[in-house]
Amino acid sequence: MTGAAMTERGLKGFVREELLGILRRMLLYRRFEEKAEEAYAIGKIGGFCHLHIGQEGAAEGCIGPLRGDDYVISAYREHTQALAKGLGARQVMAELYGRVSGSSGGKGGSMHIFGASQGFMGGHGIVGGQVPLATGFGWAIRYRGEDRVAVCFMGEAAVNQGAFHESLNMAAVWKLPVIYVVENNEYGMGTAFHRVSATNVEERSAAYGIPSSVVNGQDVLEVWRHFEALVDEVRAGTGPRFVEVRTYRFRGHSMSDPVSGTYRSKDEVAERLERDDPITLLRDRLFQAGMLTPEELGLMDRDVRAEVQDAVDFADSAPLPGPSELYTHVYSEVNEHGRLFFDGRDR
Amino acid sequence: MAEITYREALNQALAEEMERDDSVFLMGEEVAEYDGAYKVSKGLLARFGELRVVDSPISELGFTGLGVGAAMVGLRPVIEFMTFNFSILALDQVINSAAKMLYMTGGQINVPIVFRGPSGAALQLAAQHSQAAEAWYTHVPGLKVVNPATPSDAKGLLKAAIRDDDPVVVLEGELLYNIRGEVPDGDHLVPLGLADVKQEGSDVSIITHGKMVHLALQAAKRLEKDGIEAEVLDLRSLRPLDVDAILTSVKKTNRAVYVEEGWPYAGIGAQVAATIQEEAFDELDAPVLRVTQADVPMPYAKNLEQLAKPNAERVIAACKRVLYRT
Repeated sequence: MTGAAMTERGLKGFVREELLGILRRMLLYRRFEEKAEEAYAIGKIGGFCHLHIGQEGAAEGCIGPLRGDDYVISAYREHTQALAKGLGARQVMAELYGRVSGSSGGKGGSMHIFGASQGFMGGHGIVGGQVPLATGFGWAIRYRGEDRVAVCFMGEAAVNQGAFHESLNMAAVWKLPVIYVVENNEYGMGTAFHRVSATNVEERSAAYGIPSSVVNGQDVLEVWRHFEALVDEVRAGTGPRFVEVRTYRFRGHSMSDPVSGTYRSKDEVAERLERDDPITLLRDRLFQAGMLTPEELGLMDRDVRAEVQDAVDFADSAPLPGPSELYTHVYSEVNEHGRLFFDGRDR
Repeated sequence: MAEITYREALNQALAEEMERDDSVFLMGEEVAEYDGAYKVSKGLLARFGELRVVDSPISELGFTGLGVGAAMVGLRPVIEFMTFNFSILALDQVINSAAKMLYMTGGQINVPIVFRGPSGAALQLAAQHSQAAEAWYTHVPGLKVVNPATPSDAKGLLKAAIRDDDPVVVLEGELLYNIRGEVPDGDHLVPLGLADVKQEGSDVSIITHGKMVHLALQAAKRLEKDGIEAEVLDLRSLRPLDVDAILTSVKKTNRAVYVEEGWPYAGIGAQVAATIQEEAFDELDAPVLRVTQADVPMPYAKNLEQLAKPNAERVIAACKRVLYRT
């Protein structure tokens, strides 16, 4: 595709400020994840840590067109989606560091980032487990007669779970305002989707009569435009939608896993990095369209790096949760009678 | 006071709470048009409409998770399992979502939901339809579990469960739905975590919950003929657990027998026995004994099923053993 054609198709309708905003946020997601990667390597972040590097176009393009009071829920590769929905880099980084100033007070960690007041509903660690929950958000929206929308992210491997199919059926029966988004990065951990799947992702909603579409997740503007239209349709009460966002993960499944290995080659990853980096693709379009200079990009990146460094400094200096936090938030209502814990604490 | 069935008591609890709070809705298999597989929801569809009394597909994992999601954003769902045997399909949502949500979110999102339906064996329904679910759920921090034995407790506990801000598992009993009993008029609530002495006695404490309360009362009556005064303590609520009531009874009788419908290994009785020996060891004049279902899947053959289930004879024998009167 020529530069002129990309400008025509890709930049149409977005003014320069919007485009720079999209680029800056995607850069923030990238730098945030790179810092998380560094912090993990030196033991500041523990447990499982799944990075979204390479998939930033999906986070920005799907969440950007939403309203503040719309719901977003995701699986465990959700740091950038939380940022996109309005959580601060400080809160998210502090959660990764297991600090009391984190979004869940240090009790959730990388896989359980939540921002209830921003409509970011997690952060869920069981593949497909968030899909019925999103369906419940849709149910509640319909129940109350609201015009919100619920967006449910999942990886492509989740479409082989029963929870996915049960949810899509119910969402279709009750015409719930839910957009089910499959971020297809081609591999469920180290298993290529096609090796364990009888049909393609995009076909999976057909049995329930839910309209399906496919979008190139590395082209953030295409994703954004596509979602803008979908959100309007769903908000108007036309029932659920199903979208496959084709993308690629540039890192291993989690920080414990190699980037390439038995399941995909170094060459494959190198080729995709070269061809499909969503940030590079947008940057080059902006250069070609004369909307951005290398100097301006340099300033933007410096600004973003400073924001991420501030988040790291904040997280690193934030206190650990106190020992008394161990027993808070198990129950929201401690009943007047009886014992709730059986480890000697109440005696 | 009116005498009504356990089924009617549950129905009243649902109707009253739905009347009181628009955010309460009932969802499950056959709850609406069919009036409930066991008729607990009879008449509710006609009264509250199809938005609030909802027939689900046979998708336990799906509709349970839907309920949890709705509760996360402020509704108060009552999810009915046609029986708790089918709740096993939904365990991921009950444990990984409902029970842990408040903790994982650092207190941001609570889950005010009720999971209810019959649990435990009925008659000759064989292995997959005859099992007591209480130990599984009571094991999990974040959940609350109640198991009412009488119409009065059924109504009062279900109403309290619906108003509770945490997930509550309400275990009913298929063989209890037809029993009758007096239920106080008005807004009758039974607080979670409060046990009830169903019969006073000073010789031995029979501690139990749910359907087994009736077995314990039968056994206590027969023990009277042998001059043994058994106390029957109905826990009603398994988490929170009324440990004070357990210790008070054991301090009075110095002997305890636990009776439960479930399996013995890591069962409710195992926890109660551990608690008694940890906190009232010096009060005991005999080991705590348990009467439970045999440690096998439930057989179909009538004679084998009878052998597998707890019965009054076994309770009586256990009481006599702790009294050294065998």
